[in-house]
Amino acid sequence: MKLSAARWPAVAVLATLTLASCATGTGAAGDDANYDPDAALSGDLTVLGFGAGDEIATTRMDEAQKALGDDVDVKLVEGDLDIQQLLSSIAAGDPPELIYANRDQIGSLAARGAILSLDKCIDGEGIDTGQYVKAAVDQVTFDGSVYGIPEFNVVQLTMANTSLLDAAGLTIADVNGSNWDAVTAASTALVKNDGGALSTIGVDTKMPEFFPLWAKANGVDLISDDGKTANLNDPKAVEAVEFAVGVYDDQGGFAPVKAFRDSADFFGAGNQYATNQLGSMWMEQWYVNVLNDVSPDATISFDTFRTPQGEPLAFASGSAWAIPAGSANAAAACRFAKAMTATDSWIAAANARVKLREADGKPFTGLLTANQDADDAVRELVTPSGDAQWDSAVEATYLANDNTFSLPANPADAEFKNAWQDAVNRVLNGQASAQGSLDQAQEEAQKALDAAWAKFDKD
Amino acid sequence: MSASSIAPVRPGRLRARRRETLSALLFISPWLVGFLIFTLWPVIYSGYLSLTDYDVINNPNFVGLDNYTAMFEDPKIALSLTNTLIFTILSVPLHIIVALALALLLLRAARATGFFRTVFFLPKMTPAVAVGVLFLLIFNGQDGLINRVLGFFGISGPYWTTDPAWVKPGLVLISLWTIGSSIVILLAALKNVPTELYESARIDGANFWQQTMRITVPMISSTIFFLAIINTIYGFQIFTEAYTAFFGSGNTTYSNDAALFYVIYLFQQGFQYLHMGYASAMAWLLFVVILIFTVVQFAISRRTVYYEGEAR
Repeated sequence: MKLSAARWPAVAVLATLTLASCATGTGAAGDDANYDPDAALSGDLTVLGFGAGDEIATTRMDEAQKALGDDVDVKLVEGDLDIQQLLSSIAAGDPPELIYANRDQIGSLAARGAILSLDKCIDGEGIDTGQYVKAAVDQVTFDGSVYGIPEFNVVQLTMANTSLLDAAGLTIADVNGSNWDAVTAASTALVKNDGGALSTIGVDTKMPEFFPLWAKANGVDLISDDGKTANLNDPKAVEAVEFAVGVYDDQGGFAPVKAFRDSADFFGAGNQYATNQLGSMWMEQWYVNVLNDVSPDATISFDTFRTPQGEPLAFASGSAWAIPAGSANAAAACRFAKAMTATDSWIAAANARVKLREADGKPFTGLLTANQDADDAVRELVTPSGDAQWDSAVEATYLANDNTFSLPANPADAEFKNAWQDAVNRVLNGQASAQGSLDQAQEEAQKALDAAWAKFDKD
Repeated sequence: MSASSIAPVRPGRLRARRRETLSALLFISPWLVGFLIFTLWPVIYSGYLSLTDYDVINNPNFVGLDNYTAMFEDPKIALSLTNTLIFTILSVPLHIIVALALALLLLRAARATGFFRTVFFLPKMTPAVAVGVLFLLIFNGQDGLINRVLGFFGISGPYWTTDPAWVKPGLVLISLWTIGSSIVILLAALKNVPTELYESARIDGANFWQQTMRITVPMISSTIFFLAIINTIYGFQIFTEAYTAFFGSGNTTYSNDAALFYVIYLFQQGFQYLHMGYASAMAWLLFVVILIFTVVQFAISRRTVYYEGEAR
């Protein structure tokens, strides 16, 4: 059959309408839930991205179930949050009632209308946001509204091999970041080669992931407080990259260090400290527990990361609870988030861990949450283990937690993060200079931020 | 042929033919419905999405050709396309040469052919994600199996997984892990080459190399061409192994520009940045690039590929 000329436009219009009608999307769904701490709740509460894998989770889950009442059926969809799964379910009008996300994902989700502002939830349920670590709240605050209830907190510590430090006549102060020249000198003193291959890494500056920390220590935030302006090629940021990458270059380059690092038994008894494969590095505080479990006899010195002024500093990251747009039980989701992060819930969870650790004959090394009141209370449960080394790790953890900063939420967090990580990687791989690579990253990041903010403002 | 020369079809036969056609359509309808819904429709719909700004959750916003023009200003498009092209150019010939060499060896394995055929095919069953992890393990520059073997011969191996100059060659080599299916296909083709041709050649004094180049390769050229087409398309679509090794959960912060292949960048745009419209436009560009390469390959094949029973 041959279509007449008149029929072609009709077919085109029909096809366009058909395609357009298939376009899914909800836009920003409103929040009509009634948040009341005394209200009796019922229904299902499906939680995406959270697993009750240990006593810290199960104890708080019990507390949360008590707060919800027996008529709310909580179902966990375990595993990391799958953004595609979440957005597809929102677009299909069948989202989970609650999600457990990384805090650095909150800005983009909020900008797209994928999650609800929790201002009503916080007011209605009477959640005291003052109890949370400020840096954590800043990370989930977008355009003046809070979009997430912060849960855990992660900070970084200096962890150095005491035996190697002693042998080289060094101390933890030489490798904690307080003196960059000292770090470079210590790395050169600690690094060892065996037949042309690395046998001990001197100092691992943990690039690219800790670039925000090095930049902040040098006096620059990678993004402005309002999340609108990138500062990736600020001279202080460039200087930080040149220093941190230079530490690798002095050991033969990043390629051999990375290859050696990748070959290590990171979570086992043959870890880098136990086998003298590493002089010093910065690492998240949870690794203290790993080391204490798998190699309790390894000699390790701990301190916070230090600025050139000698001040402790940590880059706060972690998780948060958020309620998807279109959540069928936002009231229950809000109360669940409140209960899971309440001071009493954390104390109950910490007590459960203390009992387990005691039964195993191991010290309780504390628990780092995004709830400052809970941290203070849990810290009281930490008793000296009798081993100064591990006690100093706990001290350093809490000191770091008292001195955190974070990157503010923004609508292009994935593009922004990839821009600076790719930039540092190009320098690490020897593909570009620090200045050139960060100039490129600045352009990419600012372009992404401008486009995302323009779209947000338009919507 | 004139219309008058066509023999009239009797109504009974016509009905029978229609019934046959309907039956055939009915039998293939599960596949047909699946194809229409899960393949053809998404292809058409992606064409529409490529003209929109779409983030999955909000309605697509029509932007005309903006996504296509933006690609010209995006340096990562050129970078990822170049990476992909280099990978394809390196991997396709190597894949075919190694597969052919192993198939020729298998042909001489006599009764053990079945065993070795299974052995060579087994790695093909390995999930691609596992191959990506395997790459990091056996190609580790410090402690990997490959460099240990090279060290045995006094060769200091490169940093395959961290040195940008060696990342693509390493990925090309690991792609040989899944060479099993090509070996099986080539083995089947080799068995169809008439033995008389080799007997005649041997009488004429041809050695193994001459027999391979003058008889074997021309006689199985249609199979080699098929593998070249399939592997070229695969090469342009490389994703899982490289993503797992350089962009996945084991390397969330460490990436390497040398491993940024086109589909990985497409994935980043679509599923990390939620620029589904841009990602759709990228997909259509890749389709055009693959189409051009396939057309060129077919054009070359007209002079170089032998099809049994085809008049030349």
